[in-house]
Amino acid sequence: MDDIARRARQFIEALPHARALGMRLEGFGEGRATLAMDYDARFVGDPRTGVIHGGAVSALMDTASGAAVMSHPAAPAATATIDLRIDYMRPATPGQAIRAKAECYHVTRTVAFIRVLATDDDETRPVAAATGAFTFDQGAAPKRGAQ
Amino acid sequence: MILHMKPEPVQVVKGRRDAALRWLVDGIPYLRFLGIEFDRRGDELTAVLPFREDLIGNPALPALHGGATAAFLECASIIELSWATLWEEMESGRIDPTAADMPYPHLPKTIDFAVDYLRPGLPRDAYARARVNRSGRRYASVHVEAWQDNRARPFAQATGHFLMPEDEV
Repeated sequence: MDDIARRARQFIEALPHARALGMRLEGFGEGRATLAMDYDARFVGDPRTGVIHGGAVSALMDTASGAAVMSHPAAPAATATIDLRIDYMRPATPGQAIRAKAECYHVTRTVAFIRVLATDDDETRPVAAATGAFTFDQGAAPKRGAQ
Repeated sequence: MILHMKPEPVQVVKGRRDAALRWLVDGIPYLRFLGIEFDRRGDELTAVLPFREDLIGNPALPALHGGATAAFLECASIIELSWATLWEEMESGRIDPTAADMPYPHLPKTIDFAVDYLRPGLPRDAYARARVNRSGRRYASVHVEAWQDNRARPFAQATGHFLMPEDEV
């Protein structure tokens, strides 16, 4: 991880709700971010199966998406979710960590568009996928490199 | 001839309904983790998310984490759907959710969930009410709105589709 990624990890992992869910930033840069969250019995949504609640997966995907926006070369100092549309393909396997890989695939002066995929140990069969729009105010961009 | 059966005392009816709701809600660890509670008036539910520091996503504003808001909306939707089924079964006398040997119900599974963030969630309690727009044998469609100080100014809303459990409660 380079210096920017290390600082991003510090920043994101210190967000109170990200910390509460034990999120770890594993990748960051060029409009992409990967976040992982370990299995935790407190996050279970269905006591009959021990499967993690969709809400915890949503929180992980939302954070990964925000991180991907922040990692964009033209990123503003802050971003917020405008909308997030999530498809749940299958229950995450109990006991396994969940990993969300987000990509900011297009930005305008005002909006960043992202897609994000959540997987457990079996990366060939996604647990959930989402697309979303985030605020992207280039006027508020921190100056990086020559302008 | 008119036969009158003495109705159950109101506190017995209320006690049974409250116990059923508690049993449904307390069974889900993630609801406890987020601290979500439910207010009940008759069969109408209001989900309550009491503010806590660890729900914050943006400490600079500060604002609720979008993920916590999404989770709150999804929890409110799932409980609304399950409660509707449970209520019907309970009121018709087919089941007694307060019986010790009552197996925990099969919960609906989320197929998709689309969240609109209308304004930042403030660092204070949030409320949500879900409306089941369609509930078929297999699929259900739910709309849910969350607000804080003003009911007329929701800060987030969502629409979700759910796969209903095959076997009833």
